[in-house]
Amino acid sequence: MSKPVIEAKGLTKRYGKVTAVADVDFTVDAGEVVGLLGPNGAGKTTTILMLLGLTEPSAGSVRILGKDPLRQPLEIKKVVGYLPDALGFYDSMTARENLAYSARLSGLPLGMSAERIETALRQVRLLDAADRRVATYSRGMRQRLGIAELLMRDCRIAILDEPTSGLDPQSTQELLELIQDLSRGGMTILLSSHMLDVVQSVCHRIALFNRGQIGFLGTVEELANRLGSGTVVIDVEAESIDLQTLAGSLAGVTKVFSSAPAHWQVEAKYDVRPELARVVVQAGGELRNLDLRRARLDEAYNRYFKEVANAA
Amino acid sequence: MQREGSPFRGVGTVALKEAADHMTSARMHLIMLLVLLTAIGAVYGAIGRIRDTTAADPYLFLKLFTVAQEPLPSFAAFLGFLLPLVAIALGFDAVNGEYSRRTMSRLLAQPIYRDAVLFGKFAGGLLVIAIALLTLWLLMIGLGILFLGLPPSLDEIVRALIWLAATLAYAGVWLALAIALSAVIRSPATSALAALSVWLILAMFWSMITPLAAGLVAPINPLDPASVLHRFEWQQGIGRLSPQTLYGEISGILLDPAARSVGPLFMWQMQGAVLGAPLPTLQSVTIVWPQICGLIAALLVLFTVAYVSFQRQEVRA
Repeated sequence: MSKPVIEAKGLTKRYGKVTAVADVDFTVDAGEVVGLLGPNGAGKTTTILMLLGLTEPSAGSVRILGKDPLRQPLEIKKVVGYLPDALGFYDSMTARENLAYSARLSGLPLGMSAERIETALRQVRLLDAADRRVATYSRGMRQRLGIAELLMRDCRIAILDEPTSGLDPQSTQELLELIQDLSRGGMTILLSSHMLDVVQSVCHRIALFNRGQIGFLGTVEELANRLGSGTVVIDVEAESIDLQTLAGSLAGVTKVFSSAPAHWQVEAKYDVRPELARVVVQAGGELRNLDLRRARLDEAYNRYFKEVANAA
Repeated sequence: MQREGSPFRGVGTVALKEAADHMTSARMHLIMLLVLLTAIGAVYGAIGRIRDTTAADPYLFLKLFTVAQEPLPSFAAFLGFLLPLVAIALGFDAVNGEYSRRTMSRLLAQPIYRDAVLFGKFAGGLLVIAIALLTLWLLMIGLGILFLGLPPSLDEIVRALIWLAATLAYAGVWLALAIALSAVIRSPATSALAALSVWLILAMFWSMITPLAAGLVAPINPLDPASVLHRFEWQQGIGRLSPQTLYGEISGILLDPAARSVGPLFMWQMQGAVLGAPLPTLQSVTIVWPQICGLIAALLVLFTVAYVSFQRQEVRA
């Protein structure tokens, strides 16, 4: 196996007494798309800043392509493109001017940059708006402009902070397609988000962040197996009974709540439909529907964070 | 821990971008309009007076910068007063403006060091001031030739050029102050106010404060004549804490070849001197050399404050 592109060991960041990131280890291999997921304030952005050497870790080390971001930041920043949460393009300049400025800062030869900017803007379909000031851009267009910058600079690694936040579903889809294009082009991508269902389609692996620690690192399937197994949700529709009191005492049932009049959702450790049917009928109720479904991934994800919060 | 790569990578790019921003910004246009109008007014007044009073002065041209006609002050005094305003307008949001526009993290994620951002901001601002000053200076010379009808001598040009360089250093002090405040204070509005307060105190009230402060430190003893001198020296020393005082002294000596001292002069020191005879240019420069060094030192100290504070800042705000 090839050497990992990004390698973080024991990464820790303390702000005074508050620990923002605690002892985080992970590696990203070449060509992978890894999603950093977690609620706001879980330490995702701090981790990203430490990877880039923009913030000094309190402890631990980072290697990007075998280089240290604290000692060789220029070398790393040349091959790593970073799109911050706020994008950070200058509102008073046009898209083309913004890109030309980053091209000059990243040391692209002057003759080459105009052509590359043109190509990159065409790829993200911003060529028509290229000479408009960025102040007039929507959030989706700014994100695409950010992607154009990565293309123009021909980065090997891209780090995207909350690329989909604040986007409408269509823009989100467009952006994800662009990210997939980048990944197909061989770029290693690290992206952070607080919405699992949005990014699960593009990520090869995900890392769940919580309170500055990685609670889980693996593929989406592994996460589904770990969180989803042993949890089933059963929709029950029945009349003239109160399922809350009837089913609450059944073995295997963890939770019962009413979703609508005469509708209940039962969460159980395994399939308890025969038992449910029996208690409903025995109580003289009219059973209309009994439907088993597996927990959806985003529900599982939400549940994961609830569990972690309760445990703490 | 040694970091690799040059801290100056990207300085030129940042400086040119900043300069271009300033050149096209409305605030720069407004303030330059103000400076231009007052400067033309000052020189117009000076020309009127020179025509009326001076018959034959070997350094007629330099009088353009220093002669004042009531109620307008002289051109040199104008610059001493307004140049800080120009510098503050260019620098008050240099660092915190990037945070408030949320462009800082992307800028720092480019393959440059933070040093380049700060150096570039300072160099860009100074470049714009230098262009504006040179334009003004040439304008003054041109108006002088036009209205007085005679060309400046080589000596006058040399003196005026040295004075121009000293003026740039003076503007640099205020630019460094504005940038330092923008690095220390997070809100651009607050840092602008802070810089303007410092400017008001040093430019307007300092001359009122110094006699009071000197009186407290070195009271005059009516029986001891030396105490008068003692107090005067204290007053001068405190006054020189303000860059405006230093700049005023530099202007006074460089633009007036007959001036021999910025401090008290005793009769025995004047023995053998021909009163009113001009000093060689180099001698005039020697007299104000400490003042020029003082300005450059103040610039370096303020820039260091900005540098240290900016290097230690967290990127996320």
